Amino acid sequence: MIRVVLPFHLRKLARVDGEVQLDVEAPVTQRSVLDALEVRYPVLRGTIRDHVTQKRRAFVRFFACEQDLSHDPPDTPLPDAVAAGDESFVVLGAMAGG
Amino acid sequence: MSGVRLLVGTRKGAFVLTSDGKRENWDISGPHFAGWEIYHLKGSPVDPNRIYASQSSGWFGQMIQRSEDGGKTWEAVGNEFVYDGVPGTHQWYDGTQHPWEFKRVWHIEPSLTDPDIAYAGAEDAALFRTADGGKTWQELPGLRGAKGNLWQPGAGGMCLHTILLDPNVAGRIFVAISAAGAFRSDDAGQTWRPINRGLKSEQIPDPTAEVGHCVHRIAMHASRPGILFMQKHWDVMRSENAGDSWNEVSGNLPTDFGFPIDVHAHEPDTIYVVPIKSDSEHYPPEGKLRVYRSRTGGNEWEALTKGLPQSDCYVNVLRDAMAVDSLDKCGVYFGTTGGQVYASADAGDTWNPIVRDLPAVLSVEAQTLS
Repeated sequence: MIRVVLPFHLRKLARVDGEVQLDVEAPVTQRSVLDALEVRYPVLRGTIRDHVTQKRRAFVRFFACEQDLSHDPPDTPLPDAVAAGDESFVVLGAMAGG
Repeated sequence: MSGVRLLVGTRKGAFVLTSDGKRENWDISGPHFAGWEIYHLKGSPVDPNRIYASQSSGWFGQMIQRSEDGGKTWEAVGNEFVYDGVPGTHQWYDGTQHPWEFKRVWHIEPSLTDPDIAYAGAEDAALFRTADGGKTWQELPGLRGAKGNLWQPGAGGMCLHTILLDPNVAGRIFVAISAAGAFRSDDAGQTWRPINRGLKSEQIPDPTAEVGHCVHRIAMHASRPGILFMQKHWDVMRSENAGDSWNEVSGNLPTDFGFPIDVHAHEPDTIYVVPIKSDSEHYPPEGKLRVYRSRTGGNEWEALTKGLPQSDCYVNVLRDAMAVDSLDKCGVYFGTTGGQVYASADAGDTWNPIVRDLPAVLSVEAQTLS
């Protein structure tokens, strides 16, 4: 079971509280996790990655196991701890303020 | 019992303000979509409880929300806005050509006859249409064919911010774009032509160019849709012929820079603007917030000040942030970048703040409820 942490605004859109748990077939990658997330919650399509290009939106970041995975190619396998469900795949909005 | 519902979009959410026909006491609900930019909300003329909202975020992009109960509850519908075909390029700040990139929806205009049909004005400038209540959106690409390669973004982005549907001429649509100008379609959006003859903009290399003008807003009265009013970057303009040509009607305004323009619900020659000092100083002249009303369709203007701050006021009123209701007397409303929403229940003679401390107001729409 893959655990995904969504940022506040996307939890509100998807109407979920806390972590999301997804069944994802191996290999577990950014793409396969996000595909499964968008199947479960269609309202999130276009909010994390572009509808057409499937590129990560500029101010969205992906963290896991204390690493920034945002710039990894989308088909790179996620860390074993994420695939095993021991660690979460974290989707978050980049810091901005003022 | 009649009443009014105001739909207020702000930088940090949407608010719904409701009152009975007296328009003295208001209930305020919100923020809806807290933390998101709500550029615009508008209800269907056919089914006023169906309201569309444009929700956007620099992080998570565009969402269209729809309510079926007058703004009490909402459902996210479609958010896929894809330009038709290869969208090509437009002018960029440095004079080069730049590809069209979707950023957000500035304005939603529901159909006059079908609650499932609505139009969305986008940045980068394009017009989209839904026929299924907002679930899917298709571009009307003919608009970009109206010399789109010569359009350019203003400081606020290259946005299609005004959509007017002609109630008398089937298939006639007007739109306005910053900084491209005004455009008209007579075939339901398939083909378009610029309607900017008579505009003069010293901020572009050819002040009388066919396109490139920074039109801030256009307005019409439903009883005379061939007569259009325009607040341009500078200049207030009027057209007697559905935009074929324009004449300046700035008259005795203290400054003819501004953003919104609107028309009295029952008097088609009574119009309202909010003069702003300049394009370099986006606040009211002398720190006095004044709505100006013309009862002659322009040229002769009177300042409306009663109830509005007449000192130390440095807010702006954005292009979509003024609206009128259709009660008798006509109600006039506007919101400011300082978060105030002002209401006049007597066509502008006197004003009162409904609320003072909202986030910066991006848009105000008024629904008259029976």
